[in-house]
Amino acid sequence: MKTIAHLTILAGGLAASTALLVAPAAAQEVRIGFITTLTTPAGYLGEDARDAFKLALGPDGKLGKTKVVLEIEDDGLKPANAKQQADRLVQNGVKLYTGVIFSNVLAAVLPGVLEAGGIYVSNNAGPSTFAGEKCHPNYFVTSYQNDAFHEAAGLAANRVGYKKLVLMAPNYQAGRDALEGFKRAFKGEVVAEVYTKLDQTDFSVEIARVRSLAPDAVYQFHPGGVGINFAKQYANSGLSKTVPMLVPSFSMDARMVTATGGAAEGVYASALWTPESDDPASKAFVAAFKAAYGRTPTIYAQQAWDTAQLIASALDAVDGDLSKGDAFRAALRAAKFQSLRGSFAFGSNQHPIQDYHLTRFEKNASGEIVQKYVEKVAEKRGDAYADKCTMK
Amino acid sequence: MIFFLEQLLNGLQYGAMLFMLASGLTLIFGIMGVINLTHGSFYMVGAYGAAVVTAATGSVVLGAVAALAGAALYGTAVEIAVVRRLYGRDHLYQVLATFGLILFSNEAMALLAGRQPRFLEIPPLLSGSVHLLPGLDYPVIRLAFIAVGAAVAIGLWLLVNHTRLGMLIRAGADDREMVDALGVDIRRLYTIVFALGAVLCGIAGVMAAPLLAVEIGMGERILIAGFVVIVVGGVGSVRGALAGALLIGLVDGLGRAYLPQIIQSLLPPSIADTLAAGLVSASIYVIMALVLLVRPLGLFPVRS
Repeated sequence: MKTIAHLTILAGGLAASTALLVAPAAAQEVRIGFITTLTTPAGYLGEDARDAFKLALGPDGKLGKTKVVLEIEDDGLKPANAKQQADRLVQNGVKLYTGVIFSNVLAAVLPGVLEAGGIYVSNNAGPSTFAGEKCHPNYFVTSYQNDAFHEAAGLAANRVGYKKLVLMAPNYQAGRDALEGFKRAFKGEVVAEVYTKLDQTDFSVEIARVRSLAPDAVYQFHPGGVGINFAKQYANSGLSKTVPMLVPSFSMDARMVTATGGAAEGVYASALWTPESDDPASKAFVAAFKAAYGRTPTIYAQQAWDTAQLIASALDAVDGDLSKGDAFRAALRAAKFQSLRGSFAFGSNQHPIQDYHLTRFEKNASGEIVQKYVEKVAEKRGDAYADKCTMK
Repeated sequence: MIFFLEQLLNGLQYGAMLFMLASGLTLIFGIMGVINLTHGSFYMVGAYGAAVVTAATGSVVLGAVAALAGAALYGTAVEIAVVRRLYGRDHLYQVLATFGLILFSNEAMALLAGRQPRFLEIPPLLSGSVHLLPGLDYPVIRLAFIAVGAAVAIGLWLLVNHTRLGMLIRAGADDREMVDALGVDIRRLYTIVFALGAVLCGIAGVMAAPLLAVEIGMGERILIAGFVVIVVGGVGSVRGALAGALLIGLVDGLGRAYLPQIIQSLLPPSIADTLAAGLVSASIYVIMALVLLVRPLGLFPVRS
């Protein structure tokens, strides 16, 4: 089935490129460079983003009224690969880009694209480096600034009434940033900051330390497989009954919930969106994604969908003509699209201003663990870097 | 005090894990002179075997058997297909070839089992915690881990010191040519030792599978610590591997537990956090350097 879908797309792509050769006057067709991570253990993130974006294109391959050709590249989570792919796409005249999942990959892709006058709309990564002084008129982030989840978790901890917290993250840039972001918003006392090794597999020592410190809760940020290990061992230690765990959503995505078995139950997470959202557009999206791919969409899918909707709204505003750069940018900045997250606007640095939620992993009626909304912890919140951005 | 005891147990458990990996590594390195980077892959094969077969059959015992058999088979295949050709070669060739095998193993496993991390539930018998002392509940699976480590240590000691195979292994470590000249099929002996090392990894994999995410590349994370253990213990010595594993396990565990607190009480927090995190990561290498300063051949050198 999958092969057939691939063939159809391939055929569609071939037909499109022939059409381009025969009739170059068909300026209505827009090519979008979609560089993402499809292999490595993190490959499912890019898969979800790509699949949701394709879903947004629909059977006729259109965003809004404009026919779109996706140029999908797999960066293999290697910034150097991604840079080469971006350079090639730039040379081939691609003007519009999205897709990158990881911040370190984005840092390699972005400068080349922007220098060539291309426009980049980020569907996931939102590193602080490009949110402040180095913000750029051609660079939009529809997902979140990287610190946002951690700040939201800090706000959530305030709302729940936690006074004493232990913070835990791997000892690398993103880990330290995570804890900084959390502390920016958290008003209570941080009893201890525990830094783990990035390649650590066993957390018995850290869990024992949490037990001896007896905090109100523990905030931990461990991505991917490391996060699965942590959650499993935390649940097995019995500590989860007395010291609840708070995480940013991407430390406990839908696939990790499956891989940790029952360990996710009772975990709190800061979130922008979950598949449990009551929003009618969101419900329709989840149903359509499940019908098309047979799995529940992750936040990476939702963000890619929103990115596609934003691009669609801007393409419609210029009738698919990317040479009208200023009009296209203005249309993107206006953000006239329906976000599955609800309220959405761009701040002065073209990063989102949106609502943040506290969610909790609970069993639903059919016994599956799902991420339920508990309460809104911040309304129309921007990020800490917007003030430093002087858009030139 | 309770905290110290719990951390002691954690150190012992990590030591038991390291011992199962390092004992095979040290036998292979000590006896055959082969640096085998693929060793971590056997651990991965063991963990996947346990996770996949247990999920398919629902039987933990079948899963464990499949894991050990899988690790042994893969070990034998690697020895016959690749490592056998490298005995006489320089270590650089061995490192290159076995590093290539890591990449091969990871990709092959991804093709067979997919890239999603696998999940293995802790068997009911070993789940939950036991009440050891007032205020100290310790997970049963970790106690079982320590017990299995001890059993493997005793079993290996019996095997190496009280069986004919063990005698040949010791003789082979001392003087390969002489054993060969006395009519022992040294090639077969090597294959057996290699498979034995793989099985020991398989045991570690089975025990680790319910605690950790079973995922591609899980072996490489623990491989370096395994090498530190055999260098500290003395290359080729199973006794050394045991001592080294316990030392490294305890240093790592207690270091992670106490170093940050000690440093935080001495220095301002902004420096202390970074410094402690760095020192904790480096602690096992510092110990290795100290041991090598005092005893350049490790704690229990095979040949003096």
